[in-house]
Amino acid sequence: MLTRRTFIEGAMAASAVPLVGLRSARASEPIAVGAIYDLSGPLQGFGDNQWRCAKLAIDQINEAGGLLGSQLEVKLYDAQSEMQFYNQFANQLALRDRVAVVQGGLTSSSREVIRPILHRLHTLYVYNTNYEGGVCDRNFFATGATPGIYVDLLLQAAADRWGKRVYVLAADYNYGQISAQWIRKAAQGLGGEVVGEEFFPLDVNQFGATISRIQAVEPDVVLNVFVGPAHEAFYGQWASAGMNQRIPMMSTTFGGTSEIVRMPPEVVNGIMVIGSYYESLDNAFNQAWLPDFRRRYGTDYGYLTDVPIKDWYGWTLWAEAVRQAGTVEREAVIEALETGIGVDGPGGPVSIDPTTHHCFMDTHLAEARDGEFRILQRYQGVAPTNPAAQCDLQARPDTNTMFTPDI
Amino acid sequence: MDHALVVGLHLLHAMASLALVCIGLAVIFGMLRVINFAHGEFLMVGGYAFVLAAGAGLNLWVAMLVVAPAVVGALGFLVERFIIRHLRGDIIATILATWGLSLFLIGLAATVLGYHQQGVAPPFGTIQIGSYSIGNYTFFVIAVAVLTIVALFAWLRWSRAGLLVRGAMQNPELAAALGADTRRLRSSTFVLGSALSGLAGAVLAPLAGVLPEIGATYVVKAFITVISGGATALTGTTLAAALFGFTSQAAAFLSRPVVGEVALLIVAIVLLRLLPTGITGRYFRKAL
Repeated sequence: MLTRRTFIEGAMAASAVPLVGLRSARASEPIAVGAIYDLSGPLQGFGDNQWRCAKLAIDQINEAGGLLGSQLEVKLYDAQSEMQFYNQFANQLALRDRVAVVQGGLTSSSREVIRPILHRLHTLYVYNTNYEGGVCDRNFFATGATPGIYVDLLLQAAADRWGKRVYVLAADYNYGQISAQWIRKAAQGLGGEVVGEEFFPLDVNQFGATISRIQAVEPDVVLNVFVGPAHEAFYGQWASAGMNQRIPMMSTTFGGTSEIVRMPPEVVNGIMVIGSYYESLDNAFNQAWLPDFRRRYGTDYGYLTDVPIKDWYGWTLWAEAVRQAGTVEREAVIEALETGIGVDGPGGPVSIDPTTHHCFMDTHLAEARDGEFRILQRYQGVAPTNPAAQCDLQARPDTNTMFTPDI
Repeated sequence: MDHALVVGLHLLHAMASLALVCIGLAVIFGMLRVINFAHGEFLMVGGYAFVLAAGAGLNLWVAMLVVAPAVVGALGFLVERFIIRHLRGDIIATILATWGLSLFLIGLAATVLGYHQQGVAPPFGTIQIGSYSIGNYTFFVIAVAVLTIVALFAWLRWSRAGLLVRGAMQNPELAAALGADTRRLRSSTFVLGSALSGLAGAVLAPLAGVLPEIGATYVVKAFITVISGGATALTGTTLAAALFGFTSQAAAFLSRPVVGEVALLIVAIVLLRLLPTGITGRYFRKAL
């Protein structure tokens, strides 16, 4: 139904597109770009470092002379961990600020608030967080990892070390549920077995029943997909029962909000994790990148892992595509990104998969050890998961949906 | 047999933790009738006070049992003096003010302390029960909860100060007419409630972790429990905490954690439908 509002928004969007093109023609004017991060509220622990990494990328671009001879001018909005602000700011960025690209968002819900808005208003959107995977939308690029990759590699590492009987603990919403589906699939693929599976609402912080059930089952390994402050209580209770000495623990989420500096080593030592970035990576790029980060922001930022770092990649990849396209115009930038463009970065090379608009990236197996992550193994250029080739934006560019794994 | 023992201990622990979370609110909301929406943040501040003091090298037990209650008690004094006192009787204004205080404390903790404050590992090691192991710290939490409730009960029941506080809560005009300084009594009761919240926040910190927004995990359950407890704050809250802690943990054992959360809410709704004035609205009316 065409209401007055959708008509106006549609008309404004239609007029916004050529304007962006016009602006880029005048080289001396700054290029407006949009960022939405959770800089206050419950998600601030993520948002602060996401914005630091994003700003680092933007500052580096500007200090090197800008893009196409113009400086980038960021329109930054703090969504305050509230979904209605994502709605409001996405509309503002596209309609009022008329930015060339929008990056940001953390939770899947925030992404699904702004993605349809930016799709409709023809404003490119880059999302830089690990998420459950499956979004297939030509206007959307994701630099985050999807759980399919991570759980395959983690379960293989567990099978090599400890065994194939896995007990799964996961947050009770779509990220945890879909991750658990991937884990079941990966375990079957390895000839292993999920011997227990529990889901926790986000405010549960009593794990006594769960811990004693795990003690009764005695799995080879526990794999958790915990999310949020309440679930952090698990680690203390697990260590208090002496379980951190008895059954190995793996996680796809541990480390995302500086848990490694917040929790005592005697509680978290030995937890095995997987991710594209840890501060301890010794590649040459990171040796220069991390000191630069610390020079700008000091050392009181916690610990960087792959969630905030992807925002650096997102902005850097977009800038590279703009350079290649010679314009910030959306269609040309999408085509440049779809050439499989890549950049080197602190976590190693990352490049776009034209088929899914997700990324190939190096992935590292690591272990919590005395306030640091010790790197155990590197997997080069890991491909994004795309079960049954459901998403093919080259063959079907009009796709605009979110696939769930068919498991 | 081992399993039954372990389940029993976990049930006790769930009841004790819930009682600890609620005890400060039982005093502040149950006795003073002050709706303190920043209750969760009082627990959070207690946790931070403990973690920071212990991190600075102070003895663990001094940090937990002295510093944390003292810091939150002092916070309570300031809050009562500058906010609560001036809004007395105005429920809506109190809700708004304490809600604002809650947001302020979360923001302050996030800005000043950040997310990078190292916590404290649970002390004491573990004991083995058959093939199960359980943290000795669990027993400590149960002991602190029981001792706190007993001490508070004894103080209210047998001390002169306790008598004055009870009198001032029950009938302020009469107590004032008899020469009691009710304003000071209200203030010190608020400080007491705050200090108990600080203690709870510190005792639970090694098992729950400390983060600026951790208070949100506690505040709803605390209010449900204290309201279900009814007019007689201490007895009511203790009974309600035991009932809800038992129900949610037992349901989590028999089924899944989400069922445990649901069970707590169902029991609370049914209870308040049958006993709209809470447990002590009908039973134990002569208790404290």
